[in-house]
Amino acid sequence: MISGKQPRPLTPRQRAWRRFRNNTPAVVSAVFLLTMLLLALAVPVLSGHGAAQGSDTQFAPPDAAHWWGTDVHGRDVLTRVFAGARLSFLVGGVGAAVSLVIGVCWGMVAGYVGGRVDGAMMRFVDILYSLPSVVFVIVLITTLEDHLKGILNRVSPQSAGAARLLFLFVGLGAVSWLTMARIVRGQVLSLRTRPFVLASRALGASDARILFRHILPNVAGVVIVYLTLTVPSIILYESFLSYLGLGIQPPQASLGSLIAEGAAQINPIRTYWWLIVFPGGVLASALLALNLLGDGLRDALDPRSG
Amino acid sequence: MLVKHNAPGIFPGAFRFRTLLAAALLMWTAGCRPAPVPDLVIHNTSEPETVDPQILTGQPDGRIGASLFEGLTRFNPETGRAMPGLAERWEISPDGRTYTFHLRPGLAFSTGEPIAAADVVWSWNRAVDPATAADYAGFFFYVRNGKAINTSAAAPSVRPPLGIRALDPLTVEVELENPTPFFPDLCGMRIMAVVPRFAIERYGDQWVRHDPVPCSGPYQLVSWRPNDRIRLRKNPHYWDVEHVRSDTIDVLSGDSPSTALNLFLTGKIDFIVDKTVIPIELADLLRRRPEFHPFNYLGNYFIRFNCTRKPFDDPRVRRAFGLVIDKRRLVERITRMGERPADALVPPGTEGYVGARGLGRNALDAATPAAYEEAMARNVEEARRWLAEAGFPGGHGFPRFSYMFNSGGGSGARMHEQIGVEMQEMLRRHLGIEFDLRPVEYKTYLSEMSRLNFDMIRGSWIGDYNDPTTFLDLFLADNGNNRTGWKNARYDELMAGAAATAAPEKRFDLLREAETLLVRDEVPIIPICYYVGFFAFDPERVGGIYANMTDEHPFWAIYRKGALPR
Amino acid sequence: MLRRILLLIPLTWVIVTLAFFLVRVAPGGPFDRERKPASPQVEAALRQKYHLDETPFSQYLRFLGLKWEARPDGSWHRAEGGLLVGDFGLSLKYRNHSVTDIILQGLPVSLVLGWLAFGFAIGTGIPIGFATAIRKGGWADAAGSMAAILMVCVPGFVIGPILVLVAGLKLGWFPVGLWGSPMHAVLPMITLGLYFSGRVARLMREGMVQALQSEFIRTARAKGLGEFSVLLRHAFRLAVMPVLSYSGPMLADLLTGSFVVENIFQIPGIGVFMVNASLSRDYPMVVGLVLLYAVLLLVLNLVVDVAYGFLDPRVKHG
Repeated sequence: MISGKQPRPLTPRQRAWRRFRNNTPAVVSAVFLLTMLLLALAVPVLSGHGAAQGSDTQFAPPDAAHWWGTDVHGRDVLTRVFAGARLSFLVGGVGAAVSLVIGVCWGMVAGYVGGRVDGAMMRFVDILYSLPSVVFVIVLITTLEDHLKGILNRVSPQSAGAARLLFLFVGLGAVSWLTMARIVRGQVLSLRTRPFVLASRALGASDARILFRHILPNVAGVVIVYLTLTVPSIILYESFLSYLGLGIQPPQASLGSLIAEGAAQINPIRTYWWLIVFPGGVLASALLALNLLGDGLRDALDPRSG
Repeated sequence: MLVKHNAPGIFPGAFRFRTLLAAALLMWTAGCRPAPVPDLVIHNTSEPETVDPQILTGQPDGRIGASLFEGLTRFNPETGRAMPGLAERWEISPDGRTYTFHLRPGLAFSTGEPIAAADVVWSWNRAVDPATAADYAGFFFYVRNGKAINTSAAAPSVRPPLGIRALDPLTVEVELENPTPFFPDLCGMRIMAVVPRFAIERYGDQWVRHDPVPCSGPYQLVSWRPNDRIRLRKNPHYWDVEHVRSDTIDVLSGDSPSTALNLFLTGKIDFIVDKTVIPIELADLLRRRPEFHPFNYLGNYFIRFNCTRKPFDDPRVRRAFGLVIDKRRLVERITRMGERPADALVPPGTEGYVGARGLGRNALDAATPAAYEEAMARNVEEARRWLAEAGFPGGHGFPRFSYMFNSGGGSGARMHEQIGVEMQEMLRRHLGIEFDLRPVEYKTYLSEMSRLNFDMIRGSWIGDYNDPTTFLDLFLADNGNNRTGWKNARYDELMAGAAATAAPEKRFDLLREAETLLVRDEVPIIPICYYVGFFAFDPERVGGIYANMTDEHPFWAIYRKGALPR
Repeated sequence: MLRRILLLIPLTWVIVTLAFFLVRVAPGGPFDRERKPASPQVEAALRQKYHLDETPFSQYLRFLGLKWEARPDGSWHRAEGGLLVGDFGLSLKYRNHSVTDIILQGLPVSLVLGWLAFGFAIGTGIPIGFATAIRKGGWADAAGSMAAILMVCVPGFVIGPILVLVAGLKLGWFPVGLWGSPMHAVLPMITLGLYFSGRVARLMREGMVQALQSEFIRTARAKGLGEFSVLLRHAFRLAVMPVLSYSGPMLADLLTGSFVVENIFQIPGIGVFMVNASLSRDYPMVVGLVLLYAVLLLVLNLVVDVAYGFLDPRVKHG
């Protein structure tokens, strides 16, 4: 080896990947989240108990037959938690996607274009934000659910139960992107007058190019962090809607509804701790991993880090 | 307020923060009035919607209403039955259709104005007038022309007069449509109370918001903060003022059962009056403690079928459903307050009445668990036969339907869901039938129920007075609370026959026959359990509270024992 | 600026109008109960009394205060009340109270609790975010970030009962519920503020990390400014921007009370009404509360936008 070859310069994408790989907490989190997802898919199938299947052993503490104990109907908590996680991850994912696509685009355009367009777009956000979301969801479900159910019934009777879920997504999606839009707009507002933006405009770059090549990478950090904050709030908002009878249909469960059920057990006289500790632990650990992953992603994608 | 380690300058905001804090504290003190400690604190569940005794409908409202306003009779705290109120005695005509009430001399409102027979007449006429829009005006349908007036769209001048008149300032004569043995109980209802004509004519609907409110009952209204508390003080002009045990009472409003329990355990509340704020999760433990008192009362939990929809228009299907529901399991595992599983509509304990034997009674009569299992197994066999006969052998071809219930009311609503989940299991296992649970928020539930837009729906009923008709009237063809679409000419005929009968034995026989038709043969409803009341007070510290069938616990009888410091 | 302020009026009007009609589309009405009224005539009288028998548009005019009615003698007069004279009408659920009455009684409580929770969220969130950002990658960052994330994902209906159980019942430090002395506010403040504190900490950390990397700070450092000055005077100002855009909606949420916290601690604020009014179809109440919330939100967002200009000289208002 006489002449060491100069390493080829890495593309930004490769550099990002390398940075991400070197971030141990982020990699561990990613693996953990994947495991959770796999468990959510596998546990309800493999546990040997149905998520909705009751038994005579009501409120059994964790033992060999039911690793995480049983609930009021004698249902296996382990199975229910992961069946619930499946649904909650889905709800959180859809909400985050809506928030990402609509919220980020809305905020970027408003902040970048500015002026009257900005004013109009942000006032629209204000209007949606001010309307009572509970009424919105009630109206949505009661006026449209029966129709949608009818249509789905014709397609396949099995999918009719999904009607409620669909509305849940629409309802949650409708409120999840508003704050995101505000935050992104605020960032863009201050970015658009930065030297690098002005420079590339002077060089004749198109608006779309400036937005996506220069501004988007710079707001990515806040977007990712806020996104990881949106997921828990959507998951918990779902449990609130379910509590009001506007969410999922029992005997289905979500992590939020399981936690709400468990929270009712926190009292000075008798606590069935497994009803709150296990669903709460799964939610908290999954969200923790999600946030650490988010941190890793933002560091990796940050255009300014070396 | 001294912060020693705080070097000045590093936290330039500290001073401003302190000003802010001071401002916040100031707002605080402005928000709270300095209130003397009350003699008694009662948790009354939800915030009352109104305290106008003739308009109010809810139980929490009623407890306040009954403390502020009294009618010809009032309720005995021990038995829950009528005892003399503003009227000291009354006579009944031999045909049972005319009551003559004698008012106590010297009655007055809390503001000092006298109460005379004409006030009773005016109050009743106000309540029955449809323009007053009193939901409970139905109690006046027993009085002559009550129904005619309340259902009339005509001008007041051309309506027939209500069957009540003042013979002299101390005597009121009431004419009834039918002999009504429970009429004195009705006279104790809130809507029959005496209200101040002078205040209502002056202030209109909002008269209870004009201080001071002239009250005819044992207490007067001192203050009212929505969702916080109502303060009551003894009415000095009340005729029985010496037996009003507590001078001031704070009545708290709140919807959270665990909060109510915590406040009770820390001694902030003397009396939790209603089971809706008892945590159902702990009911099985609590009812063994000396401070928690379950008792039977007139209320039940049942499931309505929509008898206008296929396949529930077929009584055989309804019977099959009714037979396979394991009610003992439901009360032991879910409701857990010590409810009795139900096979009929009228709760046992209704005075003098022996109820019908409904579907599945054989199992409920079983003395041992083994006998119960055996009887249930026989019932399941019978149910399968009914279902096969109706065209769904083994549940094949049974259309998918849903069970609707209200959600979102704390632990009570969670119970509805849990009962639904258990029933899903029972119907799947025994009949091979699958169905969906459909939780909806309360107003949607009510609206769907009255529009008959459901397959099967949760129902319950609280009796108003101690007589079977308070339950059985429900399923008359033209009763607005029927809500099953079920109409039965024979049932209506039996009920009408009972209404026209004065002899108690004969009357109860007719009622029992009607009830049997309802719960054994036609089954438009599946009775689940008879409610228990459940209240909390420490018998060492608080007295004057008694269990009774009508769930009446007048505040005037309740007192804190001794002068324990809080 | 003046235009923005003037714009508040039509904007509020749009919001209130939407809410007015939206809530009337929901099934059921304020007077639907478990029991039917005694007769159809009673039901009709009830609807007439509260003008629910009129067309939605006529109800809307009445709500605005633009409804003209004929007197029995044939002359015309404006129907009493209405938004234009500051009257929302009576609550249809709590029929002895006007909407204004309920809001005026509950709002002070919610304001006090909201400001306290806001103070708590800012007071704990910003230091945590600041500290985790300047020690990015270290153990302090890990611990602080973990704490912040836990605050966000443990809901109030879990943290509240736990606080009550531990600090209220077991230790006996604080009352378990009700409202009155400052001690009563401690547990509700924490329950309400913790979630927002976690969000603020995360946003602050992100803002600070970004600010420290910006050319602006590099310049400041290059100029040889002290680290303290760089961090506090320069980086901090940039870093609070995301927190600032979030604090408008956050404060609007906090000041209008919280259903969960008011329920857990039995506090007489207006947060419970925010949810219950919708559920009980208390039309005037819903509209009144929406108006309150909208005005608060719009004004706070306006304040935030103005504050942006002060903190970040590069933002210009067109």
